[in-house]
Amino acid sequence: MADEFKIDKTLDIKGQVCPYTFVRSKLAIEKMNLGEVLEIVTDHKPASENVPRSMENEGQKVLKIDQVGEKEWHIFVRKDKEKIKK
Amino acid sequence: MDFTEDQILRYSRHILLPEVGGEGQERLLNAKVVLVGAGGLGSPVGYYLAAAGVGTIGVIDNDRVEISNLQRQIAHNTGRLGVLKADSAKETYETLNPDVKVVTHKERLTSKNIKDIIKDYDIVVDGSDNFPTRYLVNDACVMLKKTLVSAAVFRFEGQVMTIVPGYGPCYRCLFEIPPPPGMVPSCQEAGILGVVTGVIGTIQATEVVKVILGIGQPLKGSLLLWNALDMSFRKVKVPHNRECPVCGEHPTITELIDYEQFCSMSH
Repeated sequence: MADEFKIDKTLDIKGQVCPYTFVRSKLAIEKMNLGEVLEIVTDHKPASENVPRSMENEGQKVLKIDQVGEKEWHIFVRKDKEKIKK
Repeated sequence: MDFTEDQILRYSRHILLPEVGGEGQERLLNAKVVLVGAGGLGSPVGYYLAAAGVGTIGVIDNDRVEISNLQRQIAHNTGRLGVLKADSAKETYETLNPDVKVVTHKERLTSKNIKDIIKDYDIVVDGSDNFPTRYLVNDACVMLKKTLVSAAVFRFEGQVMTIVPGYGPCYRCLFEIPPPPGMVPSCQEAGILGVVTGVIGTIQATEVVKVILGIGQPLKGSLLLWNALDMSFRKVKVPHNRECPVCGEHPTITELIDYEQFCSMSH
């Protein structure tokens, strides 16, 4: 898990299920600055696929998804997009 | 802002939308919208705005709930007969969503009081059922540069137009003066299919939410017409009238007018 990037914020959403995993991730990244990296920690397998996909759909950059043990995923997302879509 | 746990859950389906998000939800919570009338149109408008978390909703209405209202005015109920509609609507909306503050204005709009009542709101929603009020609201919104979502219903039909003063036509660009008393059927004669007010009011609420969020194309410069029997929608382009007596280049109406009331509004 050597990080080639600096993590600016870590969001632990273990125990959360969809769609609140993405809702909370989105709220967190909205508050960050462009170029900053959010680390999302989840123990919900569907979220390890859905959250990155939704983040990409909204114009953010998924840098890496690490599985840690059997039931923990770390998703690293760089904020590439600021404004809400018109 | 930081949302509470309840707010994250309550507004999650908004936050998920790329066009809304937490930022858009925050705009909704900070928005101030005033409803002219808590009747057939105002009821669903307020209902959906309250559900959406529009933080401040003004309700202008001086009438009391009557049993003949309940076929369409969904903010009220049988237990509230005789209660002022503004109070009844406040109870309904604040019960639905405690994030919403409903401000009641229990008076009839006139040229004297309208500017003072609407000046602190961002958007005005006209759900009135008579021409004198419709023209008064239009003129006041043009003068104060308030966005106005105007609508009307009649039997099985309805129409909606969003007026952004300075950026398109106003109601007078479309219909310069009110029809003379007696030319149109009065409220009591005309009848209205209850659900028509629900459809048209819900379209008004949609326009309000879009304007607050700054997304999509509001019905600015176009009049939407809907017929329930044909289930047909029509969108008619409405040009800005440079000769418009209130929003044209040389306005002749510079003071608000109280037109003669020609329809009793209590039934």
